[in-house]
Amino acid sequence: MSNLALEVGRTLQPEAVMFWILAPLAVAAALGMLFVKKAVHSALLLAWVMITLAIFYIAQDALFLGIVQIIVYTGAVMMLFLFILMLVGVDSSDSLVENIRGQRPASIFAAIGLGGLIISLISRATLGVETIGLQDANSAGNVQAIAQELFTKYVWAFEVVSALLITAALGAMVLAHSTSTKSRTAQRDQSIARFRGASLATAAGLPGSGVYALHNAVDVPALLPDGSPAPTSISATLDARGDMLSSKPFELEAKEVEED
Amino acid sequence: MSTAELIGTDPGWITLVKGLLIFIVCVLATLMSVWGERRIVARMQQRLGPNRVGPFGLVQALADGVKLALKEDLIPKAADRIVFVIAPIISATTCFMSFAVIPLSGKVTLFGHETVMQLTDIPVGVLYVLAIASVGVYGIVLAGWSSGSTYPLLGGLRSSAQVISYEVAMGLSLVAVFIYSGSMSTAEIVSAQDQWWFCVTLFPSFVIYAISMVGETNRAPFDLAEAEGELVGGFHTEYSSLKFALFFLAEYVNIVAVSALATTLFLGGYHALPGLGFTESWLGGWFTVIWFLAKVIFFFFIFVWLRGTLPRLRYDQFMKFGWKVLIPFSLAWILIVATLRVLSQQGAPKAAVIGFVVGVVLLVLAVSTLFESSKKRRISNDALGEVQPPSFPVPAIPGSKTITRTEQLNG
Repeated sequence: MSNLALEVGRTLQPEAVMFWILAPLAVAAALGMLFVKKAVHSALLLAWVMITLAIFYIAQDALFLGIVQIIVYTGAVMMLFLFILMLVGVDSSDSLVENIRGQRPASIFAAIGLGGLIISLISRATLGVETIGLQDANSAGNVQAIAQELFTKYVWAFEVVSALLITAALGAMVLAHSTSTKSRTAQRDQSIARFRGASLATAAGLPGSGVYALHNAVDVPALLPDGSPAPTSISATLDARGDMLSSKPFELEAKEVEED
Repeated sequence: MSTAELIGTDPGWITLVKGLLIFIVCVLATLMSVWGERRIVARMQQRLGPNRVGPFGLVQALADGVKLALKEDLIPKAADRIVFVIAPIISATTCFMSFAVIPLSGKVTLFGHETVMQLTDIPVGVLYVLAIASVGVYGIVLAGWSSGSTYPLLGGLRSSAQVISYEVAMGLSLVAVFIYSGSMSTAEIVSAQDQWWFCVTLFPSFVIYAISMVGETNRAPFDLAEAEGELVGGFHTEYSSLKFALFFLAEYVNIVAVSALATTLFLGGYHALPGLGFTESWLGGWFTVIWFLAKVIFFFFIFVWLRGTLPRLRYDQFMKFGWKVLIPFSLAWILIVATLRVLSQQGAPKAAVIGFVVGVVLLVLAVSTLFESSKKRRISNDALGEVQPPSFPVPAIPGSKTITRTEQLNG
């Protein structure tokens, strides 16, 4: 028995080389994640740690687990993190003021509890249990073996976890959802509104802003055929802000050509 | 001997040679596809396309590449320098990696050693391709973010949201293939198609994959991430010189990669067309590579054809299509396929199978009829009301009072 354990515990040469190259990189990235200033850099380093873990899984013959780790964690979870960090802004820093009281002790308590739970679970799964070895566990194929375990022995736990995740997703949607009093007007609605209005004069769209020899910015009204400025060619916001310029100064004046 | 075992007997140098060959094929395919795309689109628009550099303009892409490499390399002041440099590298390296599991040929002899033109065969080969694609998205997101300006950020967010959404539909379309071939290894999926290609037996999956692969590669009509009118150049607006060239390379290698995966999963990979099976032993088996490339080129032509034909979709329409049409449809299709598979595996009587199929068809017809009639009712409900006639000549609006020409002219 001890012989088998030794056999299982020994690391092959190429795997050892890979481990000693990747493991320091992973640890460095994990430490860097804690100490870099920008949140996006820290997210990237975390993604790198996850990829290294996936490579380790693959090297340990857990092919399916490794690939799924990349798809789910690196591809989906970290990507969502990055999305949020980018949308929140590059320079925004976290405030250290507690908004909800007692959250810090509660989170420390939860972290210790989770750590204890993980340690006890891992020790229950490994201590005093006979090692089968990956060769035997994967004898029918890695994917098949996992499917067999997941959908027979652990099907209840699997379904409970999926129900939990769906509940969390629904909860997030409920919390983030805001009921709008009227439906958002889309391009289709605007198009219908233009043609169903009292007049068809603006059905083809409003005129563009003025284009002159000396100025073509969005803050100068265009001129109508009769020479009067068209206020509809300027955004109402600019008008309200008082940023609208008069078109008059930008017209080219007819120069008198002096003849000698 | 299975393909995986056959590859396992390769000595290290054969693996190196194969890796090099696959890399060369990818780069050449990219150069040729840039030229091919420009020529085909030109033909569709009644132009000539590039025809100056080399015979038929064949080395135009190479000349453009050299020109790009010699241009000034700018890094914007607001950019995050490290990430800005890493992003194109991630894009360009990941796009090549998926070719490692694509079987390019059947059994061939390479330098006196019997092998297959496939770098490695892993039991989760197709999932590996998906994993690589999801890492490749990082290149786009980071490029958008690190440029430090608004348009690239919006373009990067758009295109990564697009790639992630369509990856879901793509992954679901592959499930039916896994169920029918009983494996996720690319070599075994190809050998499961020696009788019937999956594009025939699993036609709906093929359609979903074909649509989502266009979405996944950010190509027209789904190229909203680079919508010039809205976002300048999308995520690569701030890139120039070699870094831009890397993104350009990645886009085309990705097109070839999804086409190669489509060929492998649905068009029988390196197998010959039905009835031409005798050609597979020509040139000592190397002729299968030609079949494979021909199918990839077919897909590439479809990509170019789409670009030459269809206008760009609006962003919300595109997302709605992905999440509300493609994904529910593929989920329903997976349920049907899985039920059929179980029925046939459990040796159910023919009558049960036929009854199930007829039931599904009737259900689909009933649902689509209900949907159509409710749509018709909605349209007839908001028929056009009375509109005041315009003071200038316009074409008559369908449903409104017809305005005669004299009325129009007299005002």
